[in-house]
Amino acid sequence: MSGVAEGSILYLDQVSVSFDGFRAINNLSLVLEPGEMRAIIGPNGAGKTTMMDIVTGKTRPDTGDVLFDGSIDLTRLDEAAIANLGIGRKFQKPTVFESHTVEDNVALALKAGRGVFQTLFHRRTPAEQSRIDEILDTIRLTARRSHPAAGLSHGQKQWLEIGMLLAQEPRLLLVDEPAAGMTDAETAETAELLKRIAEKQSVIVVEHDMTFVRQLGVKVTVLHEGSVLAEGSLDAVSANPRVVEVYLGR
Amino acid sequence: MITGFLLSGFDRRARWTVAVLAALALLVPASNLLLPEDSLLHVSTYQLTLFGKYLTYALLALSVDLVWGYCGILSLGHGAFFALGGYAMGMYLMRQIGARGVYADPLLPDFMVFLSWKELPWFWHGFDMAWFALLMVMLVPGILAFVIGWFAFRSRVTGVYLSIITQAMTYALLLAFFRNDMGFGGNNGLTDFKDILGLPIQAPATRAALFAASALTLAFAYVIASAVTASKLGKVLVAVRDAESRTRFIGYRVERYKLFVWTLSAVMAGMAGALYVPQVGIINPSEFDPSASIEAVIWVAVGGRGTLVGALVGAVVVNFGKTWFTGALPEVWLFALGGLFVGVTLFLPRGIVGLFARLRRGDAGGRTAGIPAGEAAP
Repeated sequence: MSGVAEGSILYLDQVSVSFDGFRAINNLSLVLEPGEMRAIIGPNGAGKTTMMDIVTGKTRPDTGDVLFDGSIDLTRLDEAAIANLGIGRKFQKPTVFESHTVEDNVALALKAGRGVFQTLFHRRTPAEQSRIDEILDTIRLTARRSHPAAGLSHGQKQWLEIGMLLAQEPRLLLVDEPAAGMTDAETAETAELLKRIAEKQSVIVVEHDMTFVRQLGVKVTVLHEGSVLAEGSLDAVSANPRVVEVYLGR
Repeated sequence: MITGFLLSGFDRRARWTVAVLAALALLVPASNLLLPEDSLLHVSTYQLTLFGKYLTYALLALSVDLVWGYCGILSLGHGAFFALGGYAMGMYLMRQIGARGVYADPLLPDFMVFLSWKELPWFWHGFDMAWFALLMVMLVPGILAFVIGWFAFRSRVTGVYLSIITQAMTYALLLAFFRNDMGFGGNNGLTDFKDILGLPIQAPATRAALFAASALTLAFAYVIASAVTASKLGKVLVAVRDAESRTRFIGYRVERYKLFVWTLSAVMAGMAGALYVPQVGIINPSEFDPSASIEAVIWVAVGGRGTLVGALVGAVVVNFGKTWFTGALPEVWLFALGGLFVGVTLFLPRGIVGLFARLRRGDAGGRTAGIPAGEAAP
């Protein structure tokens, strides 16, 4: 198995997980190369979110291998350890720290020591401050920096969450439905932003919105009933009769 | 590093709070000891002791606010840490009695002689020394909190389940301390204290000094709490309160943060108990009563959760009300307390402090660590 895993950033092999007898993930295998951006599509219940839960340590698979960076076994680690390895996650429903200011949200996510006493005696360095400013600029929330995150619009929260992901400086980003609830213009901007991020980092995007996936212009993996149904360019998988059947019903 | 850390706790509100407490520590004892009794500004020893007791309650409330207001851990058992600190102090005070007890045993406290015990139980050793007792005042609640927190937070017990565990903890201790063979005086507890640090405990000057010590300890604890909540760690705590799993996914080990603030808070509660006991002159198992812990939560809710200063205000206001009510209309008190809690939850979700902040600013903000309206109560 190490042959294929080597050189990959994320490697899932024969992963299965059941909840109360329901097979949410069924023999799922997937390989992501460093620097690759991959879109994952599939109907509701295809196992997209469960797959992210497995990679980020929220759910333990019943069987199968999940390797990060070719060799690190993610199934043995908890959420915090996985996050500190360099895997960041954006949730489907934007979750930011509502009572903190926009700036503090980014500051908390910023790559830095995560130990209790490190944070207790932490003083923000000028380098950290300029990194925060830079991220706020990228996500266009500089003007709202000192406002509580609770007051942001849905789209702004999505962006703030992406900004928090950037602040973590992860090597792999898992992004769950970043364009949900966004206007067309915001969707296009989000696609641009993700493309810029993917220049340096590996990204997995789970999305329902086909226009958005087309804008990303990357390799697509179609999940269905917990395993991979098809893989390839969006045009290729759209032409796949089984994919059409799954999406349009039988 | 420590100095810089403590200085970071001196925001505007902390400076005011410390100034007020320092002034109280100076002026109230001075008025008690120096002014003639018929003076309008004279504070009687009874009033001084009563208010000193409120200050120790305020410290307990501060410790509750630290875990509940900032980290979302609703403890319904903080009275246990308060009582353990109180018992540690009580044991020291018992050992100070020496041969002046009713049975005049030079070593054994009266209740042990009464139970015909022949020797001092092992855990009573060392409590004749003030430094050891003071250490235990902090260590015993701290270690208990650490152990319970270690298991509870690691197993990710949260919300109402954690509240039930804390409630069970204090109830178990209540039952244990009621037993005579535990060696803590059973249901009578520890009382008849004579001296503290060699000074007669009933003397007005000692009472004044205890009052001042309570005010200054409260001020010190306030600065620590303020520095902790203003630090990046404080922001992580609020993040845990608002979105625990999100905090994990950005790489913070939530259980360690909870354990830190939980243990710190228990130590503060223990110190409050230790200052309480010499002023009221007794410690008995009723301090472990779950209702005592729930009352402490009500003080914080009334004053304003997640504001620190609100805990102080709430503790003093509610206890002042309790003293007045239980004197004037004793049978109404519990209804008044329940009504107060319901009223605050419905109409003042940010408590008294939140109300003042709103009146002053004309908005709903204020430095209340932004608890969304309607979430001020469990």
